[in-house]
Amino acid sequence: MVSLKELIKQESTKPELFLAGSSACAGCSSVLALRWALKALGKRTVIVSPACCANVYIGLWPKTSPAVPYINMAFAAGASAAAGVVAGYEALGKKDINVLTWAGDGGTVDIGIQALSGAIERNTNFIYACYDNEGYMNTGTQRSSSTPKYTVTTTTPLGKHMHKKDVAQIIAAHDIPYVATCLATDPVDVYNTFMEAKAVHGPKYIHILSPCAPGWRFDVSDTVKMGNLAVESGFFLLWKQVDGRMEIKGKSLKALDKEKRVPVKDYFKPQGRFRKLTEEQISEMQDWVDRRCDRMARRLQSEADL
Amino acid sequence: MKTEQEKEQTIIMSGNYAAAWGAKCSKVKVVSAYPITPQTTVVEKLSEFVDNKELDANYIRVESEHSVMAALVGSSMTGARSFSATSGQGLLYMTEMLHWVSSSRLPIVTTIASRGIAPPWNIWADYTDILSIRDCGWIIQFASTHQEIFDSILMAYKIAENSEINLPYFIVYGGFIQSHTSKPVRIPPQKLIDDFLPQPPKDGWGHINLDPDKPITHGNLVMPEQEYLDFRFLMQDAMIKSKETIKKTINGFNTKFGRNYNGLVEEYCCEDADVVVIAYGALAEQNKIAVDQMRAKGCKAGSLKLRYIRPFPTEELLELFNGKVEVIGVVDRGTAFGNPTGGPISTEVMSLLFRAKRKVKALPCIWGIGGRNVTVDDQVGLYEKLLRIKNKNEYPTDETCQHGTVWMGLKIGV
Ligand SMILES: Cc1ncc(C[n+]2csc(CCOP(=O)(O)OP(=O)(O)O)c2C)c(N)n1
Ligand code: SF4
Repeated sequence: MVSLKELIKQESTKPELFLAGSSACAGCSSVLALRWALKALGKRTVIVSPACCANVYIGLWPKTSPAVPYINMAFAAGASAAAGVVAGYEALGKKDINVLTWAGDGGTVDIGIQALSGAIERNTNFIYACYDNEGYMNTGTQRSSSTPKYTVTTTTPLGKHMHKKDVAQIIAAHDIPYVATCLATDPVDVYNTFMEAKAVHGPKYIHILSPCAPGWRFDVSDTVKMGNLAVESGFFLLWKQVDGRMEIKGKSLKALDKEKRVPVKDYFKPQGRFRKLTEEQISEMQDWVDRRCDRMARRLQSEADL
Repeated sequence: MKTEQEKEQTIIMSGNYAAAWGAKCSKVKVVSAYPITPQTTVVEKLSEFVDNKELDANYIRVESEHSVMAALVGSSMTGARSFSATSGQGLLYMTEMLHWVSSSRLPIVTTIASRGIAPPWNIWADYTDILSIRDCGWIIQFASTHQEIFDSILMAYKIAENSEINLPYFIVYGGFIQSHTSKPVRIPPQKLIDDFLPQPPKDGWGHINLDPDKPITHGNLVMPEQEYLDFRFLMQDAMIKSKETIKKTINGFNTKFGRNYNGLVEEYCCEDADVVVIAYGALAEQNKIAVDQMRAKGCKAGSLKLRYIRPFPTEELLELFNGKVEVIGVVDRGTAFGNPTGGPISTEVMSLLFRAKRKVKALPCIWGIGGRNVTVDDQVGLYEKLLRIKNKNEYPTDETCQHGTVWMGLKIGV
């Protein structure tokens, strides 16, 4: 685990692997996370990226930002194409290349979940990272199954009716050697998570909450604040499960304590996508968050008792 | 004493096993496949080869056909020779990725044991599967014997991996009658095969190689005024240029292995024929018997087998039309609903007639779909229809002829 200070010192002298010229929106946290993920993974990395914002924000042809090989991939094929790259390298005896799938939540929890589940079940030696901006942003903010309940999107103009699918827990149920959630707006968390994942052989899954100013409708200067509020309110929990053992990350510890948990209302308020919530709905969402935090706390307790 | 590597073997095997043997002897490095009748025994045999270490390859046993082709996009981009096999629904399910492969110009080879498309379920020979994706940038060759299935795979890699071409390659044969019957197949000495088909270059294909030391980005968004159109032209250009490469490769193969495969088409008694049936697949092979029977009756019948439909044998067909033939029957074993003839290839072949220097009459026909049996008598019947057109200008009017196309064996009149 490196600290912020060490990280800045150590990385300031290394060549950048995500170059200037990205066409991401101002304040995009997904592109920030990719940049720090690459710092952790290093030069010997290949990225497979299914249809998502990343396919656009890396730059339009003939420009490109990644200084490592990057393949634009079909929407459903992020994990399967990466599995092919891994198989090709293995068959040709090429070792020490990190294969990374970089996908949005739609490409992960919806159209890509089958290929992802398959690649993990087959024990593919790769990292699958989902940056979760809680909607289809590439195509203009439609709902995904990772969009929270009551969110206004262009396909849920009156608010979504169902809760967010907890895909990281679905992946955890695959008996995967490494699965973690992390926060795009926290470069140290991103860096450390990818460093840990890189050291594990087999499938690794990283779910990155990625606040998105245009999709969530908050001011571009507030990206980091939104990320922090998501965690402090317990709306998004930072945890990892290594070899089956669940651990909560330090930043989320506070949120497990009801007294210290920031009200979910404070997280919702600055975001235009939650503008249609009634007081009743906000309190329903608060209950939902409280229940999930309690469940996590109980789970941690029972693991500690083991 | 000859070593294992220097021996030729003759093994009795099914068409599907011939496909698996073709992949094995091509020393493919990555296989990905998903079971579907009637292709299944190809993937079973390949699993056996890989698990018994008879084939040094990585076999990715994915969870769907979409993932099959996606995985092969990944593996082929690393420079690994990659193989798959599928049928019917499976081929349709991988459609999006078929374009990904061809537009990335990856030399992947895939065999198709063709079957009918559901509903209703139908697992017997019918080429609607391959015909419905005929325009996605893959070379498409039909193999009408077991030996041809095996041999074609060796040639396919040689053609596809040629840096002037770099197009993926389908080898197609009919489900069951070809996939599941057994015949002797000659497996040449591995040394001779390796000599004909060396391993691909270590640094990948010329245009793409996923190497962190030489990073590239592949597939970024291009704007309308940029080179999208040009990339597409280059694919058509490669298709057209592949005709020469195909012919050269076949010639080289014939010499090296003592075979006598033709080029894009195979003509049988066409030189002096008045009536010629143009077809593809195993029924085109069987059609030669009908020609013999017609010839025995003194009729000048001929048969032209399309060995390839992509690239399309335009020149060969025009040569036929500019010669002596007066009436052609053009047969599809598959459907294309709503097109001028109901059959995709008959429409394409007939569209060339306007480029011919002389008038040739034509009768489109659909036979054998969903595995419907087509006998030599049925094929003779088609020649008789062609002769009536030639002699009396009489087109068939019986209930099997609907909207200008003969639906051989049709039971309901419209
Ligand atoms: C098969 C297919 N269906 C639909 C699309 C259109 N499409 C492209 S990106 C996208 C949404 C991507 O959403 P997500 O994965 O959440 O990534 P984000 O855009 O939010 O970064 C959609 C629907 C496509 N490219 N392919
Ligand atoms: S829409 Fe959101 S995720 Fe996409 S580039 Fe813009 S800020 Fe980033």
